[in-house]
Amino acid sequence: MITIKNLRASVEGKEILKGIDLEIKAGEVHAIMGPNGSGKSTLSNVLAGRADYEVTEGEVTFNGKNLLELAPEDRAREGVFLAFQYPVEIPGVSNINFLKTAINETREYKGQAPMEAKDFLALVKEKQHLVELDGKLANRSVNEGFSGGEKKRNEIFQMAMLNPSFSILDETDSGLDIDALKIVASGVNKLRTKDNAFLVITHYQRLLDYIIPDFVHVLYNGKIVKSGGKELALELEEKGYDEIKKQFETV
Amino acid sequence: MANEILEEHINSEYKWGFTTDIESDTFKKGLNEDVIRLLSHKKNEPEWMLEFRLKSYRYWLTMKEPSNWAYFPYPKIDFQEISYYSAPKVKPELASLDEVDPELLKTFEKLGISLEEQKRLTGVSSNIAVDAVFDSISVKTTFRETLAEKGIIFCSFSEAVQEHPDLIKKYMGMVVPYTDNYYAALNGAVFSDGSFCYIPKGVRCPMELSTYFRINSSGTGQFERTLIVADEESYVSYLEGCTAPQRDENQLHAAIVEIIAHKNAEVKYSTVQNWYPGDKNGVGGIFNFVTKRGLCVGDYSKISWTQVETGSAITWKYPSVILKGDNSVGEFYSVALTNNHQQADTGTKMIHLGKNTKSTIISKGISAGVSNNSYRGLVQIKKGAVNARNFSQCDSLLMGDKCGAHTFPYIEIKDKTAVVEHEATTSKIGEDQLFYCNQRGISTEKAIGLIVNGYCREVLNKLPMEFAIEAQKLLAISLEGSVG
Repeated sequence: MITIKNLRASVEGKEILKGIDLEIKAGEVHAIMGPNGSGKSTLSNVLAGRADYEVTEGEVTFNGKNLLELAPEDRAREGVFLAFQYPVEIPGVSNINFLKTAINETREYKGQAPMEAKDFLALVKEKQHLVELDGKLANRSVNEGFSGGEKKRNEIFQMAMLNPSFSILDETDSGLDIDALKIVASGVNKLRTKDNAFLVITHYQRLLDYIIPDFVHVLYNGKIVKSGGKELALELEEKGYDEIKKQFETV
Repeated sequence: MANEILEEHINSEYKWGFTTDIESDTFKKGLNEDVIRLLSHKKNEPEWMLEFRLKSYRYWLTMKEPSNWAYFPYPKIDFQEISYYSAPKVKPELASLDEVDPELLKTFEKLGISLEEQKRLTGVSSNIAVDAVFDSISVKTTFRETLAEKGIIFCSFSEAVQEHPDLIKKYMGMVVPYTDNYYAALNGAVFSDGSFCYIPKGVRCPMELSTYFRINSSGTGQFERTLIVADEESYVSYLEGCTAPQRDENQLHAAIVEIIAHKNAEVKYSTVQNWYPGDKNGVGGIFNFVTKRGLCVGDYSKISWTQVETGSAITWKYPSVILKGDNSVGEFYSVALTNNHQQADTGTKMIHLGKNTKSTIISKGISAGVSNNSYRGLVQIKKGAVNARNFSQCDSLLMGDKCGAHTFPYIEIKDKTAVVEHEATTSKIGEDQLFYCNQRGISTEKAIGLIVNGYCREVLNKLPMEFAIEAQKLLAISLEGSVG
């Protein structure tokens, strides 16, 4: 699905990613863990195509296409979804209108006719259940006045609506209490199929109790320093990041 | 990235900038009493109207052009360099649409205004009577007969002068006397046409009434007058739209709109103002210096202004309400958008005289490019206006870092029982919001449209449905090249 080779990227001239290699296949869930400042969020922003993140070297192939050449909206239309760590508020724009625009822009990109209003509303109704999102929230302005948990649930709701093939969850667990975490995780689990893939970025092991990854990678100082199965997450939880830091301290 | 897409857009053209090739009867440039006499004669006006014009003109001569009281400077206007009358050469009194010059019909078709009633009747969505004003004269008013059955008068101002002189004499200048301000005096002297509307007692106007103004000829000014009178217990919703060709010169538009609402009457006045704003270097464009004012003369009357201002090089406009009747209500909902070199100084005045009067002001300014956008408003609670209430909210949205937003709220309270609230915010369309939209597959262009329309939603919701959709599109188009 997605192949990342020797990816290097800088922000304001400072190199943050220092050669990332990662391959994610359809049906897989990968987790990236790492201490603060290791480059986790940079990786998700680079993949989504945020301005201010300069790719200096390397390549990313997504379903056969050179992802780095695509505009952010085209990456989204090709099936890359980023669940934001800090979802953005758009006052006055209803969630429904926002999603309808998003879906129809993608459909237009693929040469499809806009979705019928009836079908769209049916889809909203179906997907709302997935993250136990209150019907009222769907009609409210995008993220405006949402609690932290509601914002994260809304991200997963949008993911469900857009049905991407590759989803990045950027610290989706941050700021969630245990109940909200369970709802979000169960939403993601219901969306897992053999045809899509997830990259779960998290600081803590907690989320991975609910979204069981196939692979866990440790990002430190802009590089993946260790990879393993789901047991790696537990090991990290137990020992903390200090061991990793000691082991891979750059000279 | 966003910048590049927007750069491309900045070059897209004002799509109403075409001119109509039509034979016109245009006065020589210049203004004096003879010009006014000739104008009045052309229009076959009664003596009292000529007297009104001359009084206005003589008063105007004693006045000084307002100096730079607004936030920004503007070039001096040479009033002798303007032609004060221009009309398509076809006779304005037409028995049927067939007699209208086809070029004119085409012009209005191009603008999306159909003057053919048949079409409108059978059309799915349209239920609007239109008075189309081309340069100095009204070309055609649709649905007159249908309206007349209910006793509603909807015609051009010139016709009203001929056919309803008593109403005109009674109401013209009642809210905006010619002594009101420099441009009101000028308008009183040279106004050419406009719309007149009278809703009789107890009648709810069954359709939207609308005037569409179009400046076509070069070197002319447009000075129209609109007068709306809603008698007791009546209701009307009135729309106004305007466009002009793209020219290098600045053209002056100095109009007057007067609204009178009697006891228990309600008037809703909506404008989508889209005069040519000038090119992206600030060359050309309309100077839009307009006096709009409503008088809630009766108890429990209500006047509501909704405006979407996207055009004109310079706009000065303060649609106001004088709340004279007890329990009367004034509302002002405004979106003013400036891009490139446009300047807008707009707001409202709410003058509370009666008891338990209520006013609401919602103003949404959007500045882009190197434009300046000012809200200037006055809330005045006079002594004796017991329990008057006002709520004002003035929001500014900035796009890029070269534009300006300014808010000048004046509040004068002379009655202790008044409750006046004022809220203001300033925000910027962030890269964060754009990226969030992009990441969901929404192009930057569409994203700006979404964000801006969301920001203006409270105001757009007040517009009649069809107008709201037009306004949404217009906002998106007008925001070319605006995020930095």
